[in-house]
Amino acid sequence: MGGYGDVKLLNDDGTRLDGRAIDEMRPLTAEVGILPAADGSAIVTHGLNVAIAAVYGPVEAHPRKIQRQDRAVVDVRYNMAPFSTSDRIRPGYNRRSREISKVTAEALESVVLVERFPRAKISVEIEILAAEAGTRCAGITAASLALADAGIPMRDLMVGIASGKVNDIVVLDLDKAEDNYGQADLPVGILPTTGEIAFLQMDGDLSPEEYNTCMEYNFKAAKEIHQIMIDALKAKYNGGA
Amino acid sequence: MNGAAEGAEQRLVTPGEVIGTSLDKRAGIGTLSQGERMIATRLGWVRENNDTISVDPINSRYTPRSGDLVIGVIEAVRNNLWFADVLGPFNGLLPMSLAPWKVEFGAARQFMDVGDVILARVQEVDESHSVVLTMKGVGLRKLKQGIMSSIPMNLVSKFKGENDSNLRTLSLASDCRIIIGENGRIWVDGDATGITMVRKVIELVKSEGHKNTFQQSLSEMIGNTPGGD
Repeated sequence: MGGYGDVKLLNDDGTRLDGRAIDEMRPLTAEVGILPAADGSAIVTHGLNVAIAAVYGPVEAHPRKIQRQDRAVVDVRYNMAPFSTSDRIRPGYNRRSREISKVTAEALESVVLVERFPRAKISVEIEILAAEAGTRCAGITAASLALADAGIPMRDLMVGIASGKVNDIVVLDLDKAEDNYGQADLPVGILPTTGEIAFLQMDGDLSPEEYNTCMEYNFKAAKEIHQIMIDALKAKYNGGA
Repeated sequence: MNGAAEGAEQRLVTPGEVIGTSLDKRAGIGTLSQGERMIATRLGWVRENNDTISVDPINSRYTPRSGDLVIGVIEAVRNNLWFADVLGPFNGLLPMSLAPWKVEFGAARQFMDVGDVILARVQEVDESHSVVLTMKGVGLRKLKQGIMSSIPMNLVSKFKGENDSNLRTLSLASDCRIIIGENGRIWVDGDATGITMVRKVIELVKSEGHKNTFQQSLSEMIGNTPGGD
């Protein structure tokens, strides 16, 4: 962040390095039901990110000490594949993956009707196969699709999307260069039907006005992504009533 | 459940989708009323029954309800009870008092051991989702021969057909005894050709059970028009 703010990330005509407009999202595709062994699964490609999510459960929570007598626990494991970036990532748990697993679990617990499954556990495995900034958002989108595919009752689908600031301009959906050399990053988890926010993080500094612009962009993109998610869920059963 | 196949309008909804107002309708299974709005909580087909709206999920894990006929696999044995996997979130508990035999304390293993398959009924489900099974009742027993397979539990009614018509037709055509539990497990006993036929039908249900052309494909496969109404 600090010190990198002078890297030129916007073209003179106002477009970004990859040619997108400042409020333009990277292309996103989604597909559900890709893993036969899982109760529910989904793959999301968002720009160059590829995220796979698998859902197992609800099953009895083990060990017993993690059980909650009044609700289910959502167990998220976010992991980046060693080959997901240009330099190899050391496999296994690290500080960053623990953080993302935790915040994703908390976000998902607020949309899943956990009180329907006391003492149970819902396992969500998020695997990032390719990373290009915004993997936690792609992971959240994939996880909520996989939950829906598994038939787990939810209040809403959740969309993961980020905006940020580069060269003092607010832009939607940061790519790798903008994320690394930009000034701020604001990933959110949005429930598109109600407009609620289930997850919000901020890296860097934004003024209140910039924050509002970020949110405006995020909500606009969430609508688009929501439609792609609905289409993906329905496509699995297309035509066949 | 069968209503999912017929009816003029079939709406596929996703979680969070608004499916009506909660002012004049009651929220059924798979729905939630949020203020004046009624939303779907599951991916499935909307079904309206009198004044209740519910969503039949396309894909979900079995949720035991009392009275369900289920096929379970014994997972653990204690001195005085068995635990059976019924494909639900929790193992079913079969106490020796509800077994069809007179069992001495400590002798449970002599009657049934891990891996045995039972036909049982759900006796009781308590508020913390513990499941008690019973084997006292007509036809409830240990299943000793035949094959076991399973289909997604939401396709059970499709497999059975209206008033069990598919089940009867298939049973006659294949000359097999077929039992299907509400949890989606299927038990088949008969000769090899019959079992092969039933297996093919099970595969058909898995791949096409959710489509409205299923009944036709099934008739073509069995080579018979389904009986019943």
